[in-house]
Amino acid sequence: MSETAAERAHEDREPVPGFNGTAHDSPSEPTGNSTISNVEAVRLALHDAMLADERVLILGEDVGVRGNVFLITKGFLEEFGAKRVVDMPLAEASIVGVAVGMAMQGLRPIAEIQFADFIYPAFSQIVGEAAKTRYRSNGDYSCPLVIRTPYGGGVHGALSHSISIEALFYHVPGLKIVAPSTPRDIVGLLTAAIEDPDPVLFLEHKKTYRSVKGDVPAGHFTIPIGRADVKKPGTQATVVSYGYNLHQALDAAAELETEGISVEVVDLRSIRPMDKTTILTSVRKTRKLLIIHEDNKFGGIGAEISAMVAEEALFDLDAPIRRLCGPDVPAMGYAKPLEDAFMISTERMRAAMQELVAF
Amino acid sequence: MAKTVTARATLDRGGLTDEQLVAMLWNMLLQRQLDNRGFQLNRQGKIPFALGSEGHEALQAGAAMAFVRGSDILVPYYRDLGLVLGVGITPLDLLTNMFAREADLSGGRQFPNHYTARDRGVLSISSIIAAHCTHAAGVAYALTYHGGTGRAVLCSTGEGATSEGEWHEAVNFSAIHKLPIVFLVENNGWAISTPQSAQMAIVDVADKAAGYGIPGLICDGTDPIATYRAMKVALERARSGGGPTLVEAKCYRFLAHSTDDDDRTYRNREELAQQRTDDPVPKYEHALLEAGIIDDDGLTAMKADVLKQTNDATDAAENLPYPSVDDMTTHVYSGAAYEPWLE
Repeated sequence: MSETAAERAHEDREPVPGFNGTAHDSPSEPTGNSTISNVEAVRLALHDAMLADERVLILGEDVGVRGNVFLITKGFLEEFGAKRVVDMPLAEASIVGVAVGMAMQGLRPIAEIQFADFIYPAFSQIVGEAAKTRYRSNGDYSCPLVIRTPYGGGVHGALSHSISIEALFYHVPGLKIVAPSTPRDIVGLLTAAIEDPDPVLFLEHKKTYRSVKGDVPAGHFTIPIGRADVKKPGTQATVVSYGYNLHQALDAAAELETEGISVEVVDLRSIRPMDKTTILTSVRKTRKLLIIHEDNKFGGIGAEISAMVAEEALFDLDAPIRRLCGPDVPAMGYAKPLEDAFMISTERMRAAMQELVAF
Repeated sequence: MAKTVTARATLDRGGLTDEQLVAMLWNMLLQRQLDNRGFQLNRQGKIPFALGSEGHEALQAGAAMAFVRGSDILVPYYRDLGLVLGVGITPLDLLTNMFAREADLSGGRQFPNHYTARDRGVLSISSIIAAHCTHAAGVAYALTYHGGTGRAVLCSTGEGATSEGEWHEAVNFSAIHKLPIVFLVENNGWAISTPQSAQMAIVDVADKAAGYGIPGLICDGTDPIATYRAMKVALERARSGGGPTLVEAKCYRFLAHSTDDDDRTYRNREELAQQRTDDPVPKYEHALLEAGIIDDDGLTAMKADVLKQTNDATDAAENLPYPSVDDMTTHVYSGAAYEPWLE
């Protein structure tokens, strides 16, 4: 995964595909055993799920005729029909609300929110309804629902096409949240999410859609929700990250490796539930922890990880826990300098790692 | 009724048998008794909260009579005591819910009048106004997912809920896909303290149907037969592939919003007294007596039986245990694990 994804992404300053009308190639037909991009991985997992289970259906804005604004579901309408690929009215609350009803009645809906920034009208349905259905009915009803949405910045998306939403939702019991960052993890976790009996919020960092590629095993497989993955072993510090930042962290760690500095990079992958064992095992080995996420710092994912590590492993640490996160401003600006300043550069990551190892 | 009774007036019975007409009266009497019981138990300090549907009895008895048990799905709101009784939820279920006992259908988790009963076709609801309407649309979509089924969804709200965006979204989506669903609006004129005139600039909620390209019907919600007729037409249309209908049943809310509300702060007593002259329960009793479908002795016996059933259910529910706190963490997810940190 450390094939300088971040560098390529930095060069790859193209507009978001489909987002401003720019023509882009459709993702290639999935083969299931080759090197594919993240966006192709999403398509592959959706396609396989649609083939495998007739109860699975997709609903969202522009998912049908248009084939999704990133062309993820291009051709699905023709292949699976309008009953299973539903172009929804422009109303996010009902994209999720209708899907909740479908799920309660035995279907396996995959609801798409076109950009994570548009999820706010559906907040009530996700937090108040989907996440509480099983609990409030004492198990009489369940809500096997996947809500997919592209998130994250660095794509000239400005205030309303760039945000990270994970911290707004990870407080909520009853909900599961995953944010995989590689093609293999996307296929394995999206398949697991679709087969999961409970609601799963599935986050896809759109800056990695085409910039990150990797191998995907052939055939059906799942990756358990709630398990992190050590993407690069190391000994002198632990970095926990996910999303686009993960690839930058891997690049930074690879550079430091050539200087004789060994950093372990843990890909969180799942945000709720979160993998305590993998994090603690790594931290107890390296004795130092740096958490990196694009979402702003205050009350973010890093805060919970810090608290857990402080509770469980304080005396195993040789340095204070560090967090490198987005600034606590409402969103990233449209102007390039503003966006660049919000996004965490690979250089800043490398400096933070060096500093922590030297502590 | 063993005795021969004499009809003093003809009744437009809407195609209903004597047995069905009496069943609706039974439902209405039971609603009122259970409603009163909830408020009594609250005032006695035995339950923390109760909600009433007094004034809605007729429309709910009529709507429930048009519902096909074992086939249709009910997606109610919290002021639907009579509707849920009419589709098979029992007085004991309701009292167990009020007392929040372990045997409650939600295990003592849900607020009073927030039902769940998959086995009787009743969807689980929250208190978020109109959030259940989009669920109802999704259920209706699922019913036709594998082709026509002859089944329908009955989704009810008050008139205040039609101000919510999600109500609009649900009706709009249902209309686009011609889903088998009926949106029943129980228009009692009040959303807690807010009168209809502060919710919308129209008099008839049913007028909103035109904006979605679906039929809108208005019925007298103080008359169970009139409501049955409208709901029968609407549900049959849904079951036969004709798409959604908006049915507005006009009624009045006699009680405060809940035991925590004091309607004297916003509603004058004269209005209430005026509305009481059109109380649906005595009105329907009188109609059945006049038509000779019941007699005074029969009515007295029914009331005694309703009271006894309510008393029995109250005693039985009160004596049941609370849920165990050990069960607090069940059904967060499908398995036993619920903690966000995975070991």
